[in-house]
Amino acid sequence: MATTATRHDLFLSHFARQRPQFPGGGQAWLDRLRQEAIERFAEAGFPTTRLENWKFTNVLPLTRTAFQPAAPKLDGLTREKLGRLPLGRLDAARLVFVNGRFAAELSSFEGLPKGARVGSLAAALEEGNARLEEHLGRYAAYQPPDRAFVALNTAFLNDGAFLEIPQGALLEKPIHLVFVSVSEAQPVFSQPRNLILVGAGAQVALLETYLGLGDGPYFTNAVTEIVAAENTIVDHYKFQLESEDAFHVATLQARQARDARFTSHNVSLGGRLVRNDVNVVLDGEGSESALNGLFVARGRQHVDNHTLADHAKPHCTSHELYQGVLDGSAAGVFNGAIIVRANAQKTDAIQHNKNLLLSEGATINTKPQLEIFADDVRCTHGATVGQLDPDALFYLRSRGLPYPAARNLLIRGFAQTILERMKVEALRVELEELLFARLSGSQRFGEGR
Amino acid sequence: MLTIKNLHARAEGKGILRGVDLEIRKGEVHALMGPNGSGKSTLAQVLAGRDVYEVSQGEVLYDGRNLLEMTPEERAHAGLFMAFQYPVEIPGVSNLYFLRSALNSLRKARGQPELDAMDFLHIAKQKAREFGLDESLLKRSVNQGFSGGEKKRNEVYQMAVLEPRLAILDETDSGLDIDALKIVANGVNALRHPDRAILLITHYQRVLNYVTPDYVHVLYNGRIARSGDKNLALHLEEQGYAWVEGQAPERPQVAGS
Repeated sequence: MATTATRHDLFLSHFARQRPQFPGGGQAWLDRLRQEAIERFAEAGFPTTRLENWKFTNVLPLTRTAFQPAAPKLDGLTREKLGRLPLGRLDAARLVFVNGRFAAELSSFEGLPKGARVGSLAAALEEGNARLEEHLGRYAAYQPPDRAFVALNTAFLNDGAFLEIPQGALLEKPIHLVFVSVSEAQPVFSQPRNLILVGAGAQVALLETYLGLGDGPYFTNAVTEIVAAENTIVDHYKFQLESEDAFHVATLQARQARDARFTSHNVSLGGRLVRNDVNVVLDGEGSESALNGLFVARGRQHVDNHTLADHAKPHCTSHELYQGVLDGSAAGVFNGAIIVRANAQKTDAIQHNKNLLLSEGATINTKPQLEIFADDVRCTHGATVGQLDPDALFYLRSRGLPYPAARNLLIRGFAQTILERMKVEALRVELEELLFARLSGSQRFGEGR
Repeated sequence: MLTIKNLHARAEGKGILRGVDLEIRKGEVHALMGPNGSGKSTLAQVLAGRDVYEVSQGEVLYDGRNLLEMTPEERAHAGLFMAFQYPVEIPGVSNLYFLRSALNSLRKARGQPELDAMDFLHIAKQKAREFGLDESLLKRSVNQGFSGGEKKRNEVYQMAVLEPRLAILDETDSGLDIDALKIVANGVNALRHPDRAILLITHYQRVLNYVTPDYVHVLYNGRIARSGDKNLALHLEEQGYAWVEGQAPERPQVAGS
């Protein structure tokens, strides 16, 4: 506990030191938001495994590290270098953040509709944009003790993306938010914060990618709030491709109004210790959520996915599928919560979690968590844990595929259910390549024969 | 091409093959018949390299190489193919992608250039027409949701694309209606070639009305109990397997052993 308390203090002192430089300081609502958030964090401290929602994820390795704020620098990163990174050439409007700060010189804004506001949150905070007061920090709860990372992010509110998609806009190209951590001599942290407002009837695909360049540990603590107005179609992709020394904690919080359709594709390939929270509130009749997740971990990676589908209104649908592939001594966690509020009749909620364990040492803890207060609902859930099918392996090998290729093809087949749900084809194709390069690239990803 | 000598194999401690001797030369078609539990499928699986069976005695030479020391993929690279009695479903992998990976693995192992997707598609479609496979099955996941007949046809189709030197068909004719049976039999006949040998394992004489074997063997109780020409199959059809039971020699003598 002493160690934890120390690191907790460390972040409090970082806060005290950085506070005068935070953008938009002096605006009463913002000062109050930061103050409340740091107070909640100060009270709660980092979560421990005694909290139900953190039972299987021990953040001690994170809290033991003396992280310093990441410096706002590009470290020689150019458009050319960026283009060579995964998804670097995706045909999309691109907002690049290096060490958590917006890098205008690396960003591009092609194909955006008239009236769209796409840019840096820090700049919007500085200019005192009224929409921020209305929305920022209103959705991603930071008050409960198990939301200390959201509190920390909210206290340090600084930069990230602020997107406002006008009513009725149909975006043909995705908007790609790229978060790159560049190497530093010592462990650093950055805390991107995104606010995405989608106007009624608009349709948009968003992609967040998280990448690390260089060696050594760093810590990303991201929060994204998405507000989907009536009758919107929002496809959100998150590709977590951090280095395997990285700590990555992220919360995606979406609120859906009437008839809004929201899809989350949450892909986690990198990181040493990873925690994803994906929370949707179905806050208007007829809204639909699809929560898709794919996590692949090897070596000593730890990946925790917590999801929450909160059915607040009647006639809403949430369909969820999370699939995990775990090798080596990797540990996976899946906790899928569904809440059906008392008036949310005719709720249709389905949840599945399927896991493939490739080694003796790999583990998965999977748990559904259903809290149903309405009586006319359909809620189903299921979880499976399996190994590669030896009959299928033999079948492929008998046709000439060498053992590693046969194994990778089966893993690919397993992941395909998630991949084929991705509507942006270029994205899906590139993800397939990333995934299979990873599957075949490393000796550690499988023991061979 | 294939020489099996005194082959004994068991699974979970239970003996299933108890001294199989068999010689297959190139260009020949052998039918292997036998009642349920006689060891037919075990023999096929042992030849293809399934590791749940333990070979306790005997040897298998394939082109002079010790087949039993080769991995399943090495056997495939050397030209061996087994059509599965129960083809395996592989969700999420398209038939087309699977077969291209398989063919390219064979080509790579043989030092031939790999085929790109377009070149392969051309071959795949042509073979599908030739061997009576519905083209829509190419894009579907391997065997997933296929009918029993479609699965068996898919096995023969794979054989046609991969062009093995030794093809073992494990009860490919079982459970087929007469139209499907003819398609499978025509496929086998089309693959008859002076450089290729075929071992047709079957429970029923019916398929031999469409594929004429050079030799017929009866496997009984883990051994070849009788060998002969196609008339043996007809005789068996009339008499039933009970006839073999009374006739089984202590130790069958086969040329080459």
